Amino acid sequence: MDFFAFLIDGLLIGFVYGIAAMGLTLIWGVMNVINLSHGAIITLGMFGVYLAFAELGLHPYLGIVLVGMAGLLTGMVIYAVAIHRVINAPHLSTLLATFAVNMIIIGIGTAYFTTNARNVDFSLGSVKAGPVNIQVTRLVAAAFSVAVTGSLYFFLYRTKYGKYIRAVSNNREAAELMGIPSAFILALSFGLGTMLAGIAGGMIATFFPFTILSGGTYEVKSFVIGVLGGIGNPLGALIGGILLGIFEGVMPYFTETSWVPVFEFGLFVAILLFRPQGLLGAKK
Amino acid sequence: MRTFVKLLSLAIIAAFVLGAVATFPAKTHAQSERTITIGFTASQTGKYNVESTRQINGINLWIEQINGAGGITLSNGTVLKFETKFYDDESSTDRVQELYTRLVTQDGADFLISPYSSGLTDASALIAEQYGVVMLTAGAASDSTYQKGFTLVYQTYTPASRYLTGAVDLLAATDPDASRIAIVHENDKFSTDVANALNSYAEDLGYEIVLFEGYDSGTTDFAPFINKIEAADPDAILGGGHFQDGSTFARQLYEKDAGANMIALLVAPPEPTFAELGDAALGVVGPSQWEPLAQIDASKAEELGIEFYGPSSQEFTAAYMEMYDEEPSYHAAGGYMAGLLIQKAIEDADSTDTDDVAEALDNLDILTFFGRNSFDTSDDNHGLQVGHSMMYVQWQADGDELVKQIVFPFEAASAETVYPIGSE
Repeated sequence: MDFFAFLIDGLLIGFVYGIAAMGLTLIWGVMNVINLSHGAIITLGMFGVYLAFAELGLHPYLGIVLVGMAGLLTGMVIYAVAIHRVINAPHLSTLLATFAVNMIIIGIGTAYFTTNARNVDFSLGSVKAGPVNIQVTRLVAAAFSVAVTGSLYFFLYRTKYGKYIRAVSNNREAAELMGIPSAFILALSFGLGTMLAGIAGGMIATFFPFTILSGGTYEVKSFVIGVLGGIGNPLGALIGGILLGIFEGVMPYFTETSWVPVFEFGLFVAILLFRPQGLLGAKK
Repeated sequence: MRTFVKLLSLAIIAAFVLGAVATFPAKTHAQSERTITIGFTASQTGKYNVESTRQINGINLWIEQINGAGGITLSNGTVLKFETKFYDDESSTDRVQELYTRLVTQDGADFLISPYSSGLTDASALIAEQYGVVMLTAGAASDSTYQKGFTLVYQTYTPASRYLTGAVDLLAATDPDASRIAIVHENDKFSTDVANALNSYAEDLGYEIVLFEGYDSGTTDFAPFINKIEAADPDAILGGGHFQDGSTFARQLYEKDAGANMIALLVAPPEPTFAELGDAALGVVGPSQWEPLAQIDASKAEELGIEFYGPSSQEFTAAYMEMYDEEPSYHAAGGYMAGLLIQKAIEDADSTDTDDVAEALDNLDILTFFGRNSFDTSDDNHGLQVGHSMMYVQWQADGDELVKQIVFPFEAASAETVYPIGSE
């Protein structure tokens, strides 16, 4: 068996996992909110691209860009409606608030789309790299992920609002004393996290079929990646995503594929036990 | 006065007699028409939606036709009309037992038809047996359901143990040099039954099984399996599961250019919507319980020396297309067939009594548009379908169009097999 075929497939899907996890970990890092609507928002990204492609006839990659923009606005609205009032309350309140958002999205989505599988009927074929066939949609998704990560870091480190986000993340009260509008910045942060989740969902939709319930799988993976890369560390999330993708891709080389989740969550527990700050260290 | 009393008494008696006579026809009329409720669940949502929708379409067509023809008239003059009662099971086993119990106890279902899929059927069959209601299973091929001692559950489909073995026969006949088979299947009850039977059959014929692995239901990423398949270098890839995963598997096999000479997958390829995969569907073989192209009519029954019952293949196809404006798949035909078997059993039994209808089904051996139908009556496999056989279809190019052709058994073939895949 060609080990590299397994490695490359895992590596490429890992970039997408990384973007999904980055959305979760950004919200946690800035706001200390564990976003339980993360999976539902990933699903919204999938359906956004599907509708743009199937109903409006747009190219799926244009659909992903639109989904990202819509995700930013949607996230800000969710923050204003459901989270702002409980942002300073104990964690249980924000957990329940985001869980309620999750249930509302899944409920409306199930009523409207049912739980039937959808498929963005789009393929770019494959390219041969030596003995390995690589699906082009996965290559594009990996490149897209790198571009999104670069843009996010540019925004966070080179723009005024990015710096505001980092300031609020480090010390919200001090940031407010410096005149930073923390409520808007928190909404913007939630919007960015939602945007990343939506983009990840949109990319997944270009190569896998999905249902309104599919986001849950990627939400769980995002938690694993968050722990792996360090909760609250966006770059750690990307690296954690890549590591998880490689792990998932390579494990079937050694064992039956159905054993992969067992080892995956075994790794999750082991990291929680022996290095709870994650491989790259959590946000201080 | 006494005379008046006598006359009055006579008048009262006469009035009673006349009243009784006058009400008699109404009473006879009430007895003469009865509505039989056929209960089932439909996967209106969830992963079995595509197959289940077709199955329910078939049942509804049968209901429409039987009622349109005036129902069934028993020898005592009772006319039976039919109605359906169903709920959405959400493709979930958890919902099935609760809903079938409700169908029997609250909705008064006289006969039951199974949900789609072996897993859901297994759960519902238990309820049918517990409450003593005859159930015809459609879309449920797993053998093990009929090995649990049930006496009222009857299978419409060819069982899983014979589902994909014909694909090995097709491979042997088409390429005598082929020797390596990869089996990748869904890890559910039906697909596992099919894969295990296929594995034994292929090994008995001398094939080397170079890969035998299951994937979880709901799998969307087949890349690890395809990498293993490529490394194993098989002549044929056999397996799959249901429509959603089978379609995704076929699409990714094509995108990754898996390279085998033959691909045969369960359930998905015979569905007309499989063609929406475009080039990824081309050359894919699938086992089918029935195809519109199949020529099954009364002349075949004469050859076999058994009764032909119900519409011909052409009549069923035309009626279905008129009602639904689409070509029927075998799932649609299976749903219709479940209803048709209930109809035949009631006619043979001349009764709707459970024991009488069950006895009629035990004695049944008929040819219909769907193929031959008879049931195992042994204690070990009661209700297992023993008369029906599979056919195998392949998607082939016809100009710019994709068309489904029967390629096996050869005596029923509408086209030659395209082998190796992509050689067209």
